[in-house]
Amino acid sequence: MTIEVLAGKLLAVVGITVFALVCGLFFKGIDRIVAARMQSRIGPPLWQPYWDIQKLLLKETVVPENAIPWIFNGAPILALISAITILLYIPMGGVGPVLEGRGDLILILYLFTLPAVAMVAGGFASGSPYAAVGSQREMVTMMSYEFPLAAVVITLAWKLWAAYGAGTAGFYAFSLSAFADYPVWGSVGIVGGIGLLLTLLALLVVTPAELSKVPFDAPEAEEELAGGLLVEYSGRNLALFYLGEAVKTLVMSALIVALFFPYNLAPVLGMGGTGALVVDFVFFWVKTLVVMLVAVTYVRIALARLKVDQIAYLYWVPVLGLSLGGLALVVIDHFLF
Amino acid sequence: MAEYSYSYKIPVGPVHPGLKEPIHLSFEIEGEEVVNLDIKTGWVHRGIEYLGLQRNPIQVIYLAERICGICSVCHAFCFARAVESAAGIEVPLRAEYIRTIIAELERIHSHILWAGVAAHLMGFDSLFYYTWRVREEVMDVLEYLTGNRVNYGILAIGGVRRDITTDGAAKIRENLESYLGLFNRLVEAFVEDPSVRARTRDIGVLTREEAIETCAVGPTARASGVATDVRQDQPYCAYADLEVKAITPEAITGETRGDVFDKAVVRLFEIAQSIEIIEKCLEGLPEGKISAEDKLPRLLNQLKKASGEGISSIEAPRGEDYHYVRLEEGEANVTAWKVRAPTYANIPSWFPMMKGAQIADIPLIVASIDPCISCTDRVTVVDRKKGTTTVLTEEDLRRLCVEKTRRMLR
Repeated sequence: MTIEVLAGKLLAVVGITVFALVCGLFFKGIDRIVAARMQSRIGPPLWQPYWDIQKLLLKETVVPENAIPWIFNGAPILALISAITILLYIPMGGVGPVLEGRGDLILILYLFTLPAVAMVAGGFASGSPYAAVGSQREMVTMMSYEFPLAAVVITLAWKLWAAYGAGTAGFYAFSLSAFADYPVWGSVGIVGGIGLLLTLLALLVVTPAELSKVPFDAPEAEEELAGGLLVEYSGRNLALFYLGEAVKTLVMSALIVALFFPYNLAPVLGMGGTGALVVDFVFFWVKTLVVMLVAVTYVRIALARLKVDQIAYLYWVPVLGLSLGGLALVVIDHFLF
Repeated sequence: MAEYSYSYKIPVGPVHPGLKEPIHLSFEIEGEEVVNLDIKTGWVHRGIEYLGLQRNPIQVIYLAERICGICSVCHAFCFARAVESAAGIEVPLRAEYIRTIIAELERIHSHILWAGVAAHLMGFDSLFYYTWRVREEVMDVLEYLTGNRVNYGILAIGGVRRDITTDGAAKIRENLESYLGLFNRLVEAFVEDPSVRARTRDIGVLTREEAIETCAVGPTARASGVATDVRQDQPYCAYADLEVKAITPEAITGETRGDVFDKAVVRLFEIAQSIEIIEKCLEGLPEGKISAEDKLPRLLNQLKKASGEGISSIEAPRGEDYHYVRLEEGEANVTAWKVRAPTYANIPSWFPMMKGAQIADIPLIVASIDPCISCTDRVTVVDRKKGTTTVLTEEDLRRLCVEKTRRMLR
């Protein structure tokens, strides 16, 4: 790797980090306004999340007496960094991912657990019974949705590998740019299409849990645990978690778009060059916004919070069934039709 | 082998987002399950009964309204009835009907408020916003009728202070009409919604026996299948003409489980019942005076001459509210006043309901009796020199009681 490439990558990383923070908060603002309108409220101004961050950064950062400071302070940083790192692997429209390799999807699976693990560690380290209960719940939730999530990823990767066999797509079956170049819907029949729909549905159900949003916000449950694993966090640490959550929402929605809706607008419009790049980039984030509004905002306002045993049941039985059913249909489609 | 305990303590309150008023609940938890519970009250003791003894009955009305922020007419209502019974004042029939209408309007707003709080505690904020928005309509009507949204200031000893005009009656009818429509939507949201059902069914179960044992009152008792309702058992005011029947889940869903779901069902259908009661009251609203005595100095004089004890119990939205009042001849002030708010009777039912509950159910179970802590707090024993607060046990109370009896016998 030459110096120029390295410098370019570094520059891209910085650019994407800034973009993730700004865009994450922007999406959060939209999410809050749309949710408010759905509940026939007016809602906060679009810029409220930025002001929240500004205010949190001004506040004192309290570390509880019986906390373990290095874990307590390290957890929010880890949560934010791992969320941003995922974004480096996601192709955004015509703009290719900054980093890529053969096993991107598997890496992303692990990176997605990192913020949750960081929150669990931070919760346990804060020495509060509320945070401890919240951490336990987060762990249970995590263990519940990981299996369906893995099943979804395997379905998609297997399909790509099976459809394009020895080609580049097959070789890079776990790479996200392969999904961008060969949309999964293109290689399946009706049965496989239904299978993919089930898979998509499973992934959409996993999304709010991944983000600890209602109905899966038991780990934070304000009315029960007074904020759960975030209860002791304040000031800069809380701002980092807040940012981490905003970026994670962005990334999760972007991942769904990258896996299932990698279509671009520019070829349809017959555009080329830089114009196409810009149009596709914007189109990608519009799609992401739509996915977020459906999978996060709408679900959040339409349902009551589930209890942790109900969450575990939901993921281990119906959602796992959905994703495995999707896998089975895709396999059947491949071999029989 | 030594026995290991895996339990840990979780304090809920005195200040906690799941509680609307300060009360301290200390839970012993194993995993997510509640194994033991301890309750401490006394954070919002305001000494209202003591203040009441420094005032004459007409002034106490305003204090009584401020015992509770939600059922504000109930305490004034109950107090006025106790004073009237002590002083032997006859209340005009029209006033009785107006009192009933106001009390029922208040029940509607109180139950809708509860529904919103319950939805919020389930993490279902959309429903919370919806219920509280529709609650505004009945608040507007109450404001139109009485001039105030919360502490209505409409009760007076011997009657009411404002009449319901034809305009007012039309406004109430219009409001009831819109609530009949809303009622179906509320039933849909609470009774038929699967995610609400998942959070409330078989949670916080209070069996019939336990309800009787812990002396639960109001919707808490009715949800467990105990058909008790002061409006049915000892009808007062206009209820005597209306034949109110206590609502139990049996009659609505066909089974009684005594869980939070049943409590929601009972409260929701009491809204429909209240609508019906108000309609009947408006229809049969008799003509006549609205107060036994309009001139306050004359009334005050009459009360000063009166001597006797009065008790009164009415059905507040949360259950039976009970007031005891003593008046002595030649004494302008109330010489004894005892209030027992419904929450006081309902708090012991938390113990059986919490047994085996999960942490996630705690706020909902606490809220299921619709607790009103500031109505409940009676006494806080404070040593000002040492700056300590003590709790009196059953033994202490018995000792104090025996001492006082001996003093009085002497």
